[in-house]
Amino acid sequence: MNNSMKMEFLSLSQNEKFARTAVASFVAQLNPTLDEIEDIKASVSEAVTNAIVHGYADSVGIVYITCDLKDSEAIITVRDTGCGIEDISLARTPLYTGVQNSERSGLGFTVMETFTDEIDVTSAPGEGTTITLIKRISAQAPKSE
Amino acid sequence: MEITVTIKKQTLVVSLRGELDHHTAKEVKNMIEEVIKNKNVKNLVLDFSKLSFMDSSGIGVLIGRYKLIQSIGGRMAIACATRPVSKILAMSGINRLIEMYDSVDTATTKLQEEIS
Repeated sequence: MNNSMKMEFLSLSQNEKFARTAVASFVAQLNPTLDEIEDIKASVSEAVTNAIVHGYADSVGIVYITCDLKDSEAIITVRDTGCGIEDISLARTPLYTGVQNSERSGLGFTVMETFTDEIDVTSAPGEGTTITLIKRISAQAPKSE
Repeated sequence: MEITVTIKKQTLVVSLRGELDHHTAKEVKNMIEEVIKNKNVKNLVLDFSKLSFMDSSGIGVLIGRYKLIQSIGGRMAIACATRPVSKILAMSGINRLIEMYDSVDTATTKLQEEIS
């Protein structure tokens, strides 16, 4: 099955649930397992939170999401046009957080890396960040009518 | 997020219904800190039986509350974590730091045994 969608919304924290639910609902066309749906929701939530907390920090911008379904793969991009990441490798280090005096766990990228099959991060200071997540959906028996 | 708070002796039991993410984390954190500040409680049990989702923002909340409870000489436990929440807890390794129980009563009893 090939299909695609895109959406955009303000970088407000109340939109995090909307974003992960919308993407998970779209990927449901591939008949994923509950585990796979939960993995996608957690990963999208982390990517969107990254855009809100780090990308736009104290300002409000637009978060752009695309989701392409190609055969049994879901290819999800989460993009912001915020401050960008200076050192991507450091940002992906487990327990690292760029937000001081906060209760961030520094595990956002670790969640994305654990619960997806592939992740790519493209970013530069002042040029925003694009996180691409690829989740392969296991083959399941077709749903009975 | 629906937060229900009960106090059993010196143990605060916080039941969460909904999804714990960056948006709801502050509300949960503030509620717990308010009660700990104003009531004579030492231990914290988090009832996750109705928590359907958690991401790394929730782990941040747990680490922060764990440090707070440690600072007042108390103990902390999680009860009845649902499957998606258990996956995040296991991935983070926090389940090796915070005690896990399959019922609120067991968690409460165990923590109270430890301070009695």
